[in-house]
Amino acid sequence: MAALIETRDLTLHFGGLRAVDGVDFTLNAGEVHALIGPNGAGKTTFVSLLSGRRLPQSGVILLDGEDITRLPAHQRVRKGIAYTFQITSIFPRLTVFDNVALAIQSRGTKGLVPQTRAALDRVGLAEFEEQEAQTLSYGHQRLLELAMGLALHPRLLILDEPTQGLAASEIEGFKALVQSLVPDTTVLLIEHNMEVVMDIATRITVLNFGQVLASGTPEAIRANPAVQEAYLGA
Amino acid sequence: MKVWALHLALILLLGVALAVLPPYPATTLARILVLAVFAMGYNLAFGYTGLLSLGHALFLTSGVFAAGLSAQFWGLTAGPALLLGILAGGGVAAAVGLLALRTAGVSFMIVTLMFAQAGYLAVLYFGTVTGGDEGFNLPAASRTLLGFDLSTDTPRFVAALALFAISLLLSLVLVRSSFGRSMVAMRENEERSRMLGINPFTVKLAALVLSGLYAGAAGAAYALLFGYAGANFATIQYSILPMLYVLLGGAGTTIGPFLGALLMFGLIEVTSRLARLWPVLEGMDYFLIGTALVVLVLFAPRGILGTLRERGLKWLP
Repeated sequence: MAALIETRDLTLHFGGLRAVDGVDFTLNAGEVHALIGPNGAGKTTFVSLLSGRRLPQSGVILLDGEDITRLPAHQRVRKGIAYTFQITSIFPRLTVFDNVALAIQSRGTKGLVPQTRAALDRVGLAEFEEQEAQTLSYGHQRLLELAMGLALHPRLLILDEPTQGLAASEIEGFKALVQSLVPDTTVLLIEHNMEVVMDIATRITVLNFGQVLASGTPEAIRANPAVQEAYLGA
Repeated sequence: MKVWALHLALILLLGVALAVLPPYPATTLARILVLAVFAMGYNLAFGYTGLLSLGHALFLTSGVFAAGLSAQFWGLTAGPALLLGILAGGGVAAAVGLLALRTAGVSFMIVTLMFAQAGYLAVLYFGTVTGGDEGFNLPAASRTLLGFDLSTDTPRFVAALALFAISLLLSLVLVRSSFGRSMVAMRENEERSRMLGINPFTVKLAALVLSGLYAGAAGAAYALLFGYAGANFATIQYSILPMLYVLLGGAGTTIGPFLGALLMFGLIEVTSRLARLWPVLEGMDYFLIGTALVVLVLFAPRGILGTLRERGLKWLP
């Protein structure tokens, strides 16, 4: 499979803290790739580098072979990298409709209304479109966050702890949604819920102290002794 | 539909008021309309986009002097002079924005204030041309628009109302457009907007330039309608006033700036009358106005229309 994202020796240190430390990483087009690791392993920092929220100190990021290491975040979004926030980041005082419309209009305003409705339909929020986003329940806000990401029609969708705080039934719906996205959209997922990871990921990369500890299929990761020691705790 | 009806009704009402009021209050109303245009521009930057500028006096002054000096030295009539004033306001806002928008929040306030003060000092420094503190009266010949004499009442009122109506309806269209949505996104959550593929710098610069065009139009119109250009427009007072109008009427509402300007004028009128009744209040106008504003901020921090919108009139744009 072709690599959609490739990083080489990607590094970002905060003072003495090696948040991301020489990461070589390949993300194949069309896969659901889970990024796991203990708290503070550098997962969120790593995806911040991919999405352009932070710039690395050294190393290279390639999108489809093109060097995007220094590209500003909004231009990466236009190239197809969408990021949904770990801590829900919506426009609380705007309507649900406006939240999603903002994502869609960055690619042009043609067919804005039907496209926005379609994006809301996809996550089941269509009936709430007139409501202010802050009045939604937490689970619905997470779905809105996801709808905003999907509305960008990304080639790569980065989900930072998407199931955090969701009810069991909502998690089932979420898994089905993610599986309906591939292979058109490649998904990179930071997730603590190992059941979700084992169910939907086709490949897993384990980060520890800012470095790649292991990378492989769910079965291989489960069987890896180093991973068991560092993270899964056997 | 309801929204358009409300705005057209307001314009109609103001037209009737200008027609039936005696000359003195009608002239005051025309002044309020021109200053409301200035405040509408301020509202685009502050109320919708979240850019708290302390430098709008500079954009107003650019309009005042672009119109005033071109009338004085080149003999332009009101039409071209107004156009020049609008362009000057927008152009100066673009130049200031390119530099000041590299900062945000308090730094943005300070940088814009600094530019405006530099503008004020420049007006004084070039006093031989600008008239400095005393300013100058515009030549009567320049104050004509399509053959009408703007120094007489009726053409002056019609011109002020026309400028106000165009500005109001334009701002209504603007804030309901997708660009208006992007402006609000800057105010609400800039970081999230960036991650939706919106370039915050471009949106904020465009909003500031639009704001400058409004300020330039208001400045030029003020000079042409009331026949005077001077350094007082460049003082910090004229950066603070539009902010007060907007806060009072409701930041991020289309009609708020007008309502705020109207009420502030009303408040000043009432306090100065009270001062005549009770001499003990003499010189306390601004104290009373300040008190009223403190009360407002405490009990209706979103301004009058902002509060109404919160309490049920959700459709107010």
